[in-house]
Amino acid sequence: MQIKKITIFGGYGKSGEKDKVEQVTFKMGQVVSIVGPTGSGKTTFIEDIELYANENTPSMRKVLINDTAATEDFSSNPSDHPIALITQHTNFLSDMQVKKFLMTHASIRGSSSIETIVEETLDFANQLTGEAIDVNSAMTELSGGQTRALLIADAVIIGNSPIILLDEIENAGINRTRALELLKRYEKIFIFVTHDPRIALLSDLRIIMKNGAMQKILVTDDEERRVVEEIKKMDDFLLELRTHIRDGEKLTEQHVENRLRDLGYLS
Amino acid sequence: MKTVICAGTSTSGKTAVLKQVIKKLIAKDYRLAFLKIDVQYAEEDELFKQEFGIPTKKVYSGELCPDHCNVMVLGDAIEWAAREKAQFLLVETAGLCLRCSPYIEGSLGIVVVEATSGMNLPRKIGPMLSLADIAVVTKIDLVSQAEREVFRSRILEAAPNINIAESDALHGIGLNPLVKKIIESPDLQFPLFLRGNPPVGTCTICVGKKEIGWKQHFGVVRPLENQLFYRGE
Ligand SMILES: Nc1ncnc2c1ncn2[C@@H]1O[C@H](COP(=O)(O)OP(=O)(O)OP(=O)(O)O)[C@@H](O)[C@H]1O
Ligand SMILES: Nc1nc2c(ncn2[C@@H]2O[C@H](COP(=O)(O)OP(=O)(O)O)[C@@H](O)[C@H]2O)c(=O)[nH]1
Ligand SMILES: [Mg+2]
Ligand SMILES: [Mg+2]
Ligand SMILES: [Zn+2]
Repeated sequence: MQIKKITIFGGYGKSGEKDKVEQVTFKMGQVVSIVGPTGSGKTTFIEDIELYANENTPSMRKVLINDTAATEDFSSNPSDHPIALITQHTNFLSDMQVKKFLMTHASIRGSSSIETIVEETLDFANQLTGEAIDVNSAMTELSGGQTRALLIADAVIIGNSPIILLDEIENAGINRTRALELLKRYEKIFIFVTHDPRIALLSDLRIIMKNGAMQKILVTDDEERRVVEEIKKMDDFLLELRTHIRDGEKLTEQHVENRLRDLGYLS
Repeated sequence: MKTVICAGTSTSGKTAVLKQVIKKLIAKDYRLAFLKIDVQYAEEDELFKQEFGIPTKKVYSGELCPDHCNVMVLGDAIEWAAREKAQFLLVETAGLCLRCSPYIEGSLGIVVVEATSGMNLPRKIGPMLSLADIAVVTKIDLVSQAEREVFRSRILEAAPNINIAESDALHGIGLNPLVKKIIESPDLQFPLFLRGNPPVGTCTICVGKKEIGWKQHFGVVRPLENQLFYRGE
């Protein structure tokens, strides 16, 4: 199925009040962020999408893919499911070897050159992790960051899902800047649940949640696109300091001051 | 009357699934009865009676294989459910014995398997899976899409014609197709027969002889490196 768009019809928030946004459509190629305070229903919202909700979840929201609602029968095969969700706590539970698992998944998906696609997947994942994944280790032996990286790579490449939902990727222990760069090379609908200003402002639009309900939609405008450049600078600076510390170096006042001057924050 | 036999290993989510099914059937004004069979402890009957006010019963199998016990008591249970004017009798098995799998010919057999159980479970549970009409996969909220797909293919490998419903049984998500199948299932046709052949289990262990090693026993026995054979009269 060629996915062109996905539409969500509002339902109800936590205390039964209506979603203020009655309807929202995401088109192929768009990047969307879901923002809001802790407990505001961000995860619930993307779970509705993942479940292809049809007024059958607690929020009573309804999702249309290319204007079509979900049908409920046994024919629904998850391989045909166009949506992949990577949650805050999705883990691999199978103790199959990484390589064997990926090959099995690729063959279920009917991939023509299994070896190549598995390699591409591992390569994608390894660009997001600190230490490369050992293909002979069991899936359950991967670290948290490696697990998340592999989940994303599998969904994008082997699963080839046209709609990808990522819940708080910034807390996943992976290189999120690299992740954003890599993901943008693929033509998909990406929906990020995020507390990260950089991800939120790099999106085409964002939905603001509160008390379990959609409050409003903000489209990223030119001014915000300029602001994001500044955020990137600050963010990269923090990442640089983090790498410094990770590599076992000491931080000096002089170093920080010099770098702030380089960046134009000190004269 | 229609009967649904719900099998599955312990903690797979049988009770969680049946609870959602009962909720959905009651919402459609059907009259139900529920039977739980377990070895020595169960409280599903009280939970369901309290929450839904439906007639419930439980049976402890004690010394008997719980699935064999099921076969023994089911005839009476169906008469009881009929006296209660139930349209559906839902039976939750103990889920210990993976061989007897007491599904009834001509009525619905459901096996509940948890997506969190590891990829080899579908290869291990034999007739409990291959003789069922529907496999309900629970706990999909806890695993990745990739693992769901591999798990599903393992189920289909063991039971190529089975229907699969993937669900988050805690929230009742993904169970509507199951409810529809239950409603559409055929009425019981008497006399009732077990689906498949239960395994031969007649040996002196069955009657309480406790010595270890086949040489101490009579009846259907097996050495480590050999097939089953009959020893004795
Ligand atoms: N529309 C809704 N209807 C009913 N319950 C809801 C709704 N939205 C959220 N909830 C409930 O509110 C709780 C918090 O929601 P959720 O986990 O989605 O928040 P979150 O924004 O993802 O929080 P965090 O930032 O901490 O991850 C959950 O128990 C969820 O079931
Ligand atoms: N997260 C999650 N938990 C589940 C699901 N189904 C069942 N459980 C939990 O798994 C445990 C065992 O379920 P239960 O129905 O009692 O299993 P039974 O022994 O087969 O009857 C309980 O704690 C349930 O709440 C599910 O779909 N998702
Ligand atoms: Mg959340
Ligand atoms: Mg139970
Ligand atoms: Zn038995």
